[in-house]
Amino acid sequence: MNGPFDFTLALADDALIAAQRLAEWTTRAPEMEEDIALANIALDQLGAARLLLSYAGELEGAGRDEDALAYLRDDREFRNALMVELPNDDFAVTMAKLFFLAAYQLPLYTALAGCADERLAAIGAKARKESAYHLDHGALWVKRLGDGTEESHRRMQAAVDQVWPYTHELFAADPAAPVDPATLRPAFDEVVGPVLTEATLTQPDSAWAPAGGRAGVHTEHLAYLLAEMQVLHRAHPGAKW
Amino acid sequence: MDPEIRVITIDQLGILRAVEEDPASGRVTVTITPTYTGCPAMDVIRADIRRALTAAGHPDAEVRTVYSPPWSTDWISEGGRAKLAAAGIAPPAPVRTTGVVSLTLAVRCPQCGSPETEQVSRFGSTACKALWRCRSCSEPFDHLKAL
Repeated sequence: MNGPFDFTLALADDALIAAQRLAEWTTRAPEMEEDIALANIALDQLGAARLLLSYAGELEGAGRDEDALAYLRDDREFRNALMVELPNDDFAVTMAKLFFLAAYQLPLYTALAGCADERLAAIGAKARKESAYHLDHGALWVKRLGDGTEESHRRMQAAVDQVWPYTHELFAADPAAPVDPATLRPAFDEVVGPVLTEATLTQPDSAWAPAGGRAGVHTEHLAYLLAEMQVLHRAHPGAKW
Repeated sequence: MDPEIRVITIDQLGILRAVEEDPASGRVTVTITPTYTGCPAMDVIRADIRRALTAAGHPDAEVRTVYSPPWSTDWISEGGRAKLAAAGIAPPAPVRTTGVVSLTLAVRCPQCGSPETEQVSRFGSTACKALWRCRSCSEPFDHLKAL
C-alpha cells in the first residue's frame, strides 16, 4: 500500500466485503436472533464502508463517489484482505471470520480515532464502538461452540484452523500509513489468545500466510461475490432507491 | 420525530446537533449525526427535516451530516428517556468508560419496573436496540443499547 487513498480504500473494502458476506446469512442463520444479529453487524460494516469509500473517492480526486467505487470496480481493483471474501461455509467459519475481523478492526479504529487525519479520526471514533459490540458477539460464539459439544468443538477448531492463516495479511507492515497495521498485532493477540483458551481451542501454528488482497490479487471467491453485489448497478447504471 | 422510534424527537434522541440561520440570507442549516454508521433511517430523517422546513418557509434549507464527536446514548435527554420508557423501551444506562463491554448492569422492565430481566437477543428490531424479557411479568421489551 502507499498513500492515504490506498489505505482508506483497503479499510473500506474490508468493511464492504465483510458486510456483503454477512448479509448472505439473512433468512438463513441457525436461529432468528442470530439472523438479526448478523444483519445488524452487516449494516454496521456497510455504514463504515460507505463513509470510508466516500472519503477515499475524495482523496483520489477523480470524481468517483461511493457508488462508483463499490459497483464499478472489478476484483483486481479491490483492496480488501482475503479473509473477508472467504465463503461463509460452516456457521463456525463465519464466527471465526467475524471474531478475527473485529479483533483487528477494534484496535485499528481506536488507533485511527487518535490519528492526524481528521476525517479518518471521526470515522474511527464512530466505528470503534460498533466494533467492540461485534467483538463481544464473535467471542461469545467462539466460546459457546468451542467449549460446547464434541461436535461443535470439532467444527469450531476446524474453522479456526481454516481462517487463522488469513489473519496475518491484516497486519502486513505499512509504515507510511496513518496507522501501521503491524502495530495492531499485539492488541489482536491479547484479545484472541484468552478467548481461544477459554473456548478450549488450540491457536494454530502460523506457518502459512496467504496474502495478495491488498495488491488486488484475490481468491476465486471474490469475483462471484462482486457479480452478485454489482449486478443491479451494472444492469441499470445510476440506479437509485 | 424519529422515524423508527416514533415517540421521541430527533432533538431528544441527541441526533439533532444544531440549527442555524444565516442572518444575511435567512438560509437555514441543520446539522445531524447518526446513532449507528449504517442507520437506515438517516435518509428518511433528512427528508423529514427538509419537508418540515419547507412547510415553515425555508425551501432552500441545507441538512448536514457530521460524525464527530460520535453519538452516544448519553446524549438522549431526560425527557427522551421518559418517553422511551413510557413507550415500553427500556432506556440505556450511562455509558461505561472502560473498553470492555459489560452486560452485567440490570435493565429494568419498562412495564412493571422489575430488575429481574434477561437478554433474549443481543440485537433487536433496529440497530440501536436489543431484545429483553422480564422474568417478573414475562413481557418481552426493547432495550436501547448503551453506546
